[in-house]
Amino acid sequence: MATMRTPIESGVPDNKQFLHPLMHKNYGNWKYHDRPRPGVLHHVSHSGDEIWTVRAGTQRQMDLYTIRKLCDIADTYADGHVRFTIRSNIEYMVSDQAKVAPLIESLTSNGFPVGGTGNSVSSIAHTQGWLHCDIPGTDASGAVKALMDDLHAEFIQEDMPNRVHLSTSCCEINCGGQADIAIIIQHTKPPKINHDLVANMCERPTVVARCPVAAIRPAMVNGKPSLEIDETKCMCCGACYPPCPPMQINDPEHSKLAIWVGGKNSNARGKPTFMKMVASGLPNNPPRWPEVSAMVKKILYTYKEDARSWERVADWIERIGWPAFFEKCDLPFTKYLIDDWRGSRSSLNASTHIRF
Amino acid sequence: MSKKQHDTPMLDQLEAGPWPSFVTGLKRLAKDSDYMTDLMGQLEHSYKTRKGYWKGGTVGVFGYGGGVIPRFSEVAEMFPASKEFHTLRIQPPAGMHYNTDVLRKMCDIWEKHGSGLIAFHGQSGDIMFQGASTANVQGAFDELNELGFDLGGAGPAVRTSMSCVGAARCEQSCFDEARAHRQVVNTFLDDMHRPALPYKFKFKFSGCPNDCMNSIQRADMAVIGTWRDNMRTDEPLARKWFAKHGMTELVNDVVSRCPTKAIMLKETKDVSKGAKITSVAINDTQSLEIDNSNCVRCMHCINVMTGALATGTDKGVTVLMGGKRTLKIGDLMGTVVTPFMPMKTDEDYQALVELAQKSIDFFAENALEHERTGEMIERIGLINFLEGIGLEIDPNMVSTPRTNPYVRTDGWDDEVAKINAKKAAAN
Repeated sequence: MATMRTPIESGVPDNKQFLHPLMHKNYGNWKYHDRPRPGVLHHVSHSGDEIWTVRAGTQRQMDLYTIRKLCDIADTYADGHVRFTIRSNIEYMVSDQAKVAPLIESLTSNGFPVGGTGNSVSSIAHTQGWLHCDIPGTDASGAVKALMDDLHAEFIQEDMPNRVHLSTSCCEINCGGQADIAIIIQHTKPPKINHDLVANMCERPTVVARCPVAAIRPAMVNGKPSLEIDETKCMCCGACYPPCPPMQINDPEHSKLAIWVGGKNSNARGKPTFMKMVASGLPNNPPRWPEVSAMVKKILYTYKEDARSWERVADWIERIGWPAFFEKCDLPFTKYLIDDWRGSRSSLNASTHIRF
Repeated sequence: MSKKQHDTPMLDQLEAGPWPSFVTGLKRLAKDSDYMTDLMGQLEHSYKTRKGYWKGGTVGVFGYGGGVIPRFSEVAEMFPASKEFHTLRIQPPAGMHYNTDVLRKMCDIWEKHGSGLIAFHGQSGDIMFQGASTANVQGAFDELNELGFDLGGAGPAVRTSMSCVGAARCEQSCFDEARAHRQVVNTFLDDMHRPALPYKFKFKFSGCPNDCMNSIQRADMAVIGTWRDNMRTDEPLARKWFAKHGMTELVNDVVSRCPTKAIMLKETKDVSKGAKITSVAINDTQSLEIDNSNCVRCMHCINVMTGALATGTDKGVTVLMGGKRTLKIGDLMGTVVTPFMPMKTDEDYQALVELAQKSIDFFAENALEHERTGEMIERIGLINFLEGIGLEIDPNMVSTPRTNPYVRTDGWDDEVAKINAKKAAAN
């Protein structure tokens, strides 16, 4: 066997080698920006230099033909430099305003929507799902594709009260993260245990320790060391499934989708906020998840209609109150939406502040 | 490469519509590849049965203990060609800047060794080279590594980090995010490549409080740009903004949206004077007046009136620790451990690295298995954590002081004496 190659532990590469020369020149010296049209940013430096950025949506999981196409566009219509945003949008930077229109035309004609800037609905932060994850309850790329098809018009224009960030997550770990509106799997039944496999595949004390409600305990089942679940305690979070795959939590019928709203990462105006669950029980219905898309759109367009300018979803709900939110969005307020986890009493209304 | 394509009636429905279709991309790859043909078959099977069929395992590269996400198919008898579909997590450059030359080289490498499927980027920030057989992982890594890229983190390790576009193109940048990102993370490559921590540890770097990297909610150590001195203004840009947007927008969208009521609209002749006052004329008679001592650096007015209002110049970072998502005890936000660190000199950046080092050392020593930093802080209390990493308490660390008397305070006089002695020494 040949000698193994020792890795070069180079870590994070230096980004200076990849920067557009104008960005390198004006590094740390930008003065302001404006947006000449949706999908285009125009930054002006203290030196007087100007740079235009054109932002376009991608499918994130890209085949190399798509990436090469994006590179061809960069080499033909831009200056050969690109970057990606946290929401998997691609950005092209050009030093000449005259290059903006042909670049937009090229992106659009090749199927990459130009937008995602300012008060638009940007692309959806999402996860791996059935394509690659080992514990997914649903797919991410498909749900995102279906929803962004519907929201394409909101991506290419800046017509929302404030920016709208969406995310999807294929299990309750929520890799998709906080968002104005988020779609997350919500399991409704305890895991089904394959007792033949537990002893060989699971480190049982680790699995017991992983349960947030101490519902799992070691047990002998059919003469084999296994685990058992106190189903009256189990709240179906699925935390036991990653360390112990024989504890199957995903269920084609009973793993549902929940909708959460009002997450905000920015410190702008109010402090950052966590999102709140407002609906659940939606069917996991590939390939286009129409029930999920319909509910997201109902909430989104109610917000668009009702919020004041610069209100994020969280700001809007804070102004109108939760009862009005549920009423305006035509969502039932069920008992499952009243928190009973630790610290939950701080989410109750300890005042007479009630809107009539 | 002549394997018949599987029927994929469900995935086919994801080719229609205006958004770019990953299915069209998968099909293009499958045309010349049995590997991707079976991958599509398995994905369609998942869509039909509404279940995932990948399992983990142990796959890596020589010299490292992590960074490759192993995936073995549970339905390999139906889709044998794609029975191994591992992902290489590769760390991106700070700010995710690339040129086409390097992207094309990545494509060539992945065409040779992998499936041809690449995600820019995963939720941790990695470039995810998705789909290689066990035999091909080493070859792919070797070539990517020679190109100047390195594996990211997986498992109980320091994880791949992210930073915003930052100083490269954003006027709101308050420090050199790329430098901090690179200098901090590259200090901990051993803890990234050889997972031996209690659980994952994530750094994220955002240039200003807009926190485009979502660091407060996602990072064990969030480094966020801010400033201490007065906001800057630009009168021509302020007048231009006002001429375009008018009084209604100025009042409703700027003045009344300030969370601490630090902005007032005033007649220019009545504008206050003072070391902490910033003002800018918006027309011939009226000005905005900003009380910087009561501004919490939320960014809202700067976002709305970009250029007319701007950050100050005495810049640095606020550091928050303990953010994470749901499992196990519930969502936690990062909380302030350092209200301000200047971030200008080499020593300043070194001080940030040292804070990170102390935090990781304390985490490694004191966290329970599978416990994140935020959960550890919740278990042991902020005071013990701060003492452990050598930071002084500060009222900026709390929303409010305690609301219950359940604390033993017989050391009160000693604490007051210490604070007074420190004050006296500082004067």
